[in-house]
Amino acid sequence: MADATNPIEQFQIKPIVDFSIAGYDLSFTNSSYFMVAAVLLIVTLLSVATGKRALVPGRAQSVAELTYEFVAGMIRSTAGPDGLRFFPLVFTLFAFVLMSNMLGMMHYFPAPGLKGFTTTSHLIVTIGLAAIVMSVVVGYGVYKNGFGFLKLFVPSGVPAAVLPFVVLIEVISFLSRPISLSVRLFANMLAGHILLKVFAGFIVMLGAAGGAWAALGILPFFMVVAITALEFLVAFLQAYVFAILTCIYLSDALHPGH
Amino acid sequence: MDGNIAEMGKFIGAGLACLGMLGAAIGVGNIFGSFLQGALRNPGAAQQQFGNLIFGFAVTEALGIFSLLIALLLLFVV
Repeated sequence: MADATNPIEQFQIKPIVDFSIAGYDLSFTNSSYFMVAAVLLIVTLLSVATGKRALVPGRAQSVAELTYEFVAGMIRSTAGPDGLRFFPLVFTLFAFVLMSNMLGMMHYFPAPGLKGFTTTSHLIVTIGLAAIVMSVVVGYGVYKNGFGFLKLFVPSGVPAAVLPFVVLIEVISFLSRPISLSVRLFANMLAGHILLKVFAGFIVMLGAAGGAWAALGILPFFMVVAITALEFLVAFLQAYVFAILTCIYLSDALHPGH
Repeated sequence: MDGNIAEMGKFIGAGLACLGMLGAAIGVGNIFGSFLQGALRNPGAAQQQFGNLIFGFAVTEALGIFSLLIALLLLFVV
């Protein structure tokens, strides 16, 4: 298939600066470029917004304060007030995932080749994020509760006859958490961007067919507009879902008996 | 028609794997439907349940995503 109509061509990782140590490829790729861009944008936006520290917040400061309160409220309602010690982790994850998703929605970006790229549409990136979350959950859970952390797998009030099965199911569900946390974000971004490109391909194909077919090209065009709006919603929703699941898993580390 | 039988099996398998999303579709529809039903009866309590709504949605959706992943693996990796 030609590059223009191949729906997965947009996910290709291309090195910008070639670099390798002892046979390991450590090139600075377009994926790294967009991660750096996301972090720099978040830091710039937040430090500009909170630079003045006005008592009556202006427009930019309100956005920063609303985001802060949004994440803090999310932690308070799911992990309780003592979950707020994980605020920096959750806020960082939320901001990074949201900014990466939103940068991915831009088809043209001041990058080499001027092409947009979604870092979160790569499984290795989302698995990295999920691994951070699960390490913190297991590490802090064991540090705070010791062996009491294992109570997580033994729900109270279950009859002794079915308890082994319940424990087995709880263990499997705990082990599948990092997989579902990473695959959900990755597959949502991947599927959404493939969908956009497939519908955009219909426009080009109908336009190339000419005559009455070209007039019909307006239909997939409206579809692409609608799906783009939907994808912006998904981009936000998946960042929110990632953050709230992080809070729920952290609340397990804080209060393992349930 | 050309191509080998393994290629054909890949496409049929990918199509079959997508059927798994049917269950997730029913589940997600059920979650939002039930939420609206409850929210319209008691609008005052709806706001605090938004987090639970999204959590249920995320957990249910993950199962559909798994079948999509199998389809993508069959198409592009195997």
